[in-house]
Amino acid sequence: MITAALETVSRWAVPLLLAGIPLYAIARGVKVYPAFLEGAKEGFQVAVRIIPALVAVLVALGMLRASGALDGIARLVGPAAEALGIPASALPMVLVRPLSGGAALGVVGDVLRAEGPDSHAGRLVSVMAGSTETTFYVLAVYMGSVGISRYRQALPAGLLADAAGFAASVLVVRALFG
Amino acid sequence: MSLVWVLLVAVSVAFAAATGRMDALTAAAVESAGRGVTLALGLVGVMSLWLGLMRIAEEAGLVAMVGRAARPVLARLFRDVPADHPAHGAIVMNVAANVLGLGNAATPFGLKAMAALEELNPHKGTATDAQALFCALNSASVQIVPATVIALRASAGARQPADILGATLVASACATAVALLAARLLRRLYPVPPSPAPGTEAG
Repeated sequence: MITAALETVSRWAVPLLLAGIPLYAIARGVKVYPAFLEGAKEGFQVAVRIIPALVAVLVALGMLRASGALDGIARLVGPAAEALGIPASALPMVLVRPLSGGAALGVVGDVLRAEGPDSHAGRLVSVMAGSTETTFYVLAVYMGSVGISRYRQALPAGLLADAAGFAASVLVVRALFG
Repeated sequence: MSLVWVLLVAVSVAFAAATGRMDALTAAAVESAGRGVTLALGLVGVMSLWLGLMRIAEEAGLVAMVGRAARPVLARLFRDVPADHPAHGAIVMNVAANVLGLGNAATPFGLKAMAALEELNPHKGTATDAQALFCALNSASVQIVPATVIALRASAGARQPADILGATLVASACATAVALLAARLLRRLYPVPPSPAPGTEAG
């Protein structure tokens, strides 16, 4: 019920914005079309500006994944993670989530297929994926767009947020689904 | 970020050497570099669309209006940003787009906010507290409906694909709260002017 309402909001939001903003603006006497072109002109520059940071971060993360380091780390911390309530099949999610959104969804797909969407691990990875973000990608794009290379507390804060999301996922899924 | 980046690359090479995956590693590096460009250029279309729309909204006074409406909250979070600064409007639109799950609108609005915050940055190349907080907020998930995950669950044959909604909301709220808290509490460990003080390198 609530889900359906929320999904409707999501579905309508873009069309309403696309029609609503120009309508409101033209009623206020704004020269809508030149304004759009003026703003849209920045799109290309912004996209080009984030290329260096995106290449740097993606190369590092691509190398990390290809090196097998994540498998090594998974073997190393596996027992500890298991003790904390993260099953072995969900562990790749924790390792990969901050690095790559696509890879994280891949993990969700794998676990859902192998253990079923209504299994404990299936629900856990779903909640983990939905409650966290691809921290490295977000930082590269946002900081890169204004030429910042010293992220300061943003990186630890983003990674701690991911950790908190994982911990909360474990607790909440256990509390709600047993 | 320099140290983090060097560490990622060095650890990768060491591991690849140990496991005999040098070829795969090289291929991944080259392929990832290309993917960075493809990804960025793939954003040009949506970026142009939303930045165009944003400019219309700016000229109609809508952006300033939402910025004013959210001022009580934003003034607490972003204490260094003056009350009338255009960054407020862009920040609100970014957060709203995130909450609604409009990922491709959230990024252009967010980059607009970063550019507005950059005007207040006296140390170019180094993030301000406000920028770090804003990025931390964006690297925590604040969307209400995790549409992609629900779709994946549906296609995997879940009895109720969206039954994880409540749990996801609670976990997201925890992650977001920690992002905001950490960004605020950790800022002293990362002093602004580039200096060789201990603990500053990890940024």
